[in-house]
Amino acid sequence: MADELTPRDQPEPPALAGETGGFTSQLPTKGWLGQMLAPVAGFGVTLSSMFKPTITEQYPFEKVPTKPRYHGRHQLNRYPDGLEKCIGCELCAWACPADAIYVEGADNTPDAQFSPGERYGRVYQINYLRCIFCGLCIEACPTRALTMTNDYELAGPTRRGLIYEKADLLAPMREGMLAAPHPMAPGTEDTDYYRGQVSGPAIEQVDWVAEWRPEDPTIDAARQQAEGSR
Amino acid sequence: MTTTTPAKGATSGALVPEVTFTIDDVEVSVPKGTLVIRAAEQIGIQIPRFCDHPLLKPAGACRQCLVEVATPDREGNLRAMPKPQASCTLEATPGMVVKTQRTSAVADKAQHGVMELLLINHPLDCPTCDKGGECPLQNQAMSNGRGTSRFVDVKRTYPKPLAISTAILLDRERCILCQRCTRFSNEIAGDQFIDLQLRGARQQIGTFDPAVLGFDGAGTASLFAGADGDGQPLTRAGGMPERDVLSGPAGPAETDTSGRPFASYFSGNTVQICPVGALTGASYRFRSRPFDLSSTPVIAEHDANGSAIRVDHRRGTVMRRLAGDDPVVNEEWITDKDRFAFTWQSAPDRLTTPLVRGEDGELREASWAEALTVAAEGLTTALDGSGVGVLPGGRLTLEDAYAYSKLARVALRTNDIDHRARPHSAEEESFLGHAVAGHGIDVTFADLERASGVLLVGYEPEDEGGVVFLRLRKGTLAGRTRVFSVAPFASRGLERLGATLLSAAPGTEPEVLDAITGRADGDLGAAAEALSGGLVLVGERLATVPGGLSAALRLAQRIGARLAWVPRRVGERAGIEAGTMPALLPGGRPVTDNAARVDLAAAWGVERLPATRGRDLSGILSAAAGGGLDALVVGGLDPADLPDPDLALRALDAAFVVSLEVRASAVTERADVVLPVAPPAEKPGTYLTWEGRPRPFPQALTSTALADQRVLHALAGRLGVDLGLGTLAATHAELDQLGGWDGARTPAPHAVYPEPPAPGAGQAVLATWHLLLDAGRCQDGEAFLAGTAPRPVARVGAELAARLGVTDGDQVTVSTEHGAITLPAVVTAMPDGVVWIPVNSPGSAVRPTLRVDAGAVVQVAAARPATDGDDA
Repeated sequence: MADELTPRDQPEPPALAGETGGFTSQLPTKGWLGQMLAPVAGFGVTLSSMFKPTITEQYPFEKVPTKPRYHGRHQLNRYPDGLEKCIGCELCAWACPADAIYVEGADNTPDAQFSPGERYGRVYQINYLRCIFCGLCIEACPTRALTMTNDYELAGPTRRGLIYEKADLLAPMREGMLAAPHPMAPGTEDTDYYRGQVSGPAIEQVDWVAEWRPEDPTIDAARQQAEGSR
Repeated sequence: MTTTTPAKGATSGALVPEVTFTIDDVEVSVPKGTLVIRAAEQIGIQIPRFCDHPLLKPAGACRQCLVEVATPDREGNLRAMPKPQASCTLEATPGMVVKTQRTSAVADKAQHGVMELLLINHPLDCPTCDKGGECPLQNQAMSNGRGTSRFVDVKRTYPKPLAISTAILLDRERCILCQRCTRFSNEIAGDQFIDLQLRGARQQIGTFDPAVLGFDGAGTASLFAGADGDGQPLTRAGGMPERDVLSGPAGPAETDTSGRPFASYFSGNTVQICPVGALTGASYRFRSRPFDLSSTPVIAEHDANGSAIRVDHRRGTVMRRLAGDDPVVNEEWITDKDRFAFTWQSAPDRLTTPLVRGEDGELREASWAEALTVAAEGLTTALDGSGVGVLPGGRLTLEDAYAYSKLARVALRTNDIDHRARPHSAEEESFLGHAVAGHGIDVTFADLERASGVLLVGYEPEDEGGVVFLRLRKGTLAGRTRVFSVAPFASRGLERLGATLLSAAPGTEPEVLDAITGRADGDLGAAAEALSGGLVLVGERLATVPGGLSAALRLAQRIGARLAWVPRRVGERAGIEAGTMPALLPGGRPVTDNAARVDLAAAWGVERLPATRGRDLSGILSAAAGGGLDALVVGGLDPADLPDPDLALRALDAAFVVSLEVRASAVTERADVVLPVAPPAEKPGTYLTWEGRPRPFPQALTSTALADQRVLHALAGRLGVDLGLGTLAATHAELDQLGGWDGARTPAPHAVYPEPPAPGAGQAVLATWHLLLDAGRCQDGEAFLAGTAPRPVARVGAELAARLGVTDGDQVTVSTEHGAITLPAVVTAMPDGVVWIPVNSPGSAVRPTLRVDAGAVVQVAAARPATDGDDA
């Protein structure tokens, strides 16, 4: 039995590099002065850096602006009249190499028009645990709805909290914008929006919101804007 | 969807001469008559195309498939054709030399030119369009088009989308006028619901809507105005702002009896074959993209045709269903019911946990262990008492039906089992045991289009079959098949089949069948002649006619026709084969046959099986209501479908009921234990078509829901019996081992037919059948589909209408002592003294309201016009 347990055909132990063994340094040997100063040479680096400007950033106490084209948190933009640019086409989700974006489209209905045209993004989620900030989604977006901000503070205590919903991603309402949903500007098509021919809310849109959502806080500013541009 | 499988070889048997020619320097031999585009597919060369579809006639409408062609002249010298030719309309000829875009710069340039022309007016709204990502135009514009557009002018636009029906939307801007949809409607379905209009640059596709064509005085066309979150189509009444321009009144349109012109049971197919996003489905509008979807090929659960479909699901939710490609069954077409009606499986009333009726009489959630124990205790008590009846329902897979059958015989020691949740008869049972059970595949779909004559008895192929209708129509259009129908009137489906009506009032079908002889004159004689070597298709409704099935058997034997029984529900044939009937054991073994019982007992490893014939569904329900049965095991059935819904409810109230259901129903309301089971999308299994063809399908969605067979296996375990059906593999192994039965069969029925009822004054004989789209539970939650359903009407003959003093559109009341149904009348050519209403359409629930069925005498009267005060 013992014979069977004896390993047979045991391979030879691998030969060491160089039969003689030992170690030979490949670095060039120093001269006598060099050898003498070697123990304090390291302080040279320390001493020289004492006279260089400090580059340590005191984040989070002092926040330094990023470069303008830094890839930070995404933003879903709006047209000047407040309608959303996102049409829920899912091209961003398609382009995403990390599968970080989830979109569901839906119908714009006459009583709930969120974006110009037929379709809007009803559900829009970006999972920042997955996002690699490559920006392919931005390139894919056909309406320039999705862009990236310079906001890089994307950390959080929960996984769920790092899945940003549409409400978290939507651009804030600028002064004079009218909160969606509301109809498109009278006499316009979705292509007019794409061409940038809508510069702000029209009075008809403001009236519509005033009729259906009289408590909406954006009405007054939008009315001023609309009347001002007349 | 535009690529095709190679042409299915000639099945007619006759040898077709071969043609040898060259495509891109590759020599290819194909049967004579093959189109060049099809031959190119066979050698793996793809020519771009839009209008070409292998199941439609060549049209040459889109011109995208241009190739360079040279043919030998009389001396054999190759002569190039002066211009590129459309390969989808060009038949291969010997010696022809074809150069596609792969080898010919001319063909390539021609294709680029055509693509550029097609894209001139095509809106570039791909990000919005539902077809984006699976669009042949998108794909082929990339593969065979220019990288950039040279078109700088304004594109032609139309208001969009136009609602052709509530389920189908038309976007005319996107249309490239390939005519696939119109050709499908003309050649396959026979519903001419859209067509090309105008000419030249203004040519467009659409309904014949004066508003669209810009006639004077016509209103705005009906535009799709979106849908609510729950899929309810938005209407003007649904809260649309008054001033919105889109919500104009629908244009005037010609109305048929449905009141909804241009509706079709097959319109969903046009969405699938549209090579651009011009036709889209309202229910799938903007819901997902192709790359979101996982696809599973499954079998449709709505009818006994077992159509191959593809379920597309996203994150565990079914988004849409498409037709699969199965040449032997449904080709590439399915009904709209198979396509759109899937929301019932995930309806809000879906059961997810077992329920047990507590001390307080209310159902409460329970664990599986508790629910099974309570069920087993109740069933054990009943077994010690007067016994248990089993009602599996007609929607089961073969495996589930087999588990019911074995549970009844082995664990519940009874033959009181009947899956027929519909009007039935003892005659039908003998007929099924004699002519259907254990017969394997006899008459097939392919036979339908090849038969010289097809006789339909008690069967409406469009409303009760769908795909059968398409096959019959294919045969009739090819001039091979002549269709005859024994029915009270020629429905729209029969008219489109060019069917000859052998007019019969309900109850007189056997007389008509017996009159079909070679000696008869006129249509009856013609039918006898055509049916010799033809087919007799018998519907499940013939069970309501005493002597009907016996007469059909006699007829088939007399004139040498083959007989097929075509039920509506998907589980009917599986139930018959699995023996979920009082006098039938699995494989067509008769219960009363000793040898059959011994054979089965040996296979099941039990000492003996119950030897007495069981009670049928009505018998079981009467017994349960009267205390003759203490418990019922009930599968998926709706009491409203049963011959006597009231009796069913009383029986369910009286007995201890174990209900295996997908959704809360009238049965679960009354059940003592409710065991939730998986809907078709969440279980694997095998459906049997009416032909007897097994249609296995995988589980589409990840789910913890259990199929009926697994629940029954667990229940039997609590009763101390090992069914051995815990897994699909075990069930298949057992079915394989069991094998068929070559012993004696149930003898043929010889029922005599009584004198047909004679309606008195103010009475009529009721004719009734299910419409394909009605108020069935499996169409719940699909408002878009419901909008295409035919509006229920009461059909009366001219004489009866005159006696009642009604004309088209007047309200007619059909009543019995139990209730009344009032519907608008449609005067139809039909036998005098007959009134037809649909079985289960909104406002026309015949069985629960009238508690009678076809052939009964009912009261008919013109409804009193409602006075103004009635509405208040």
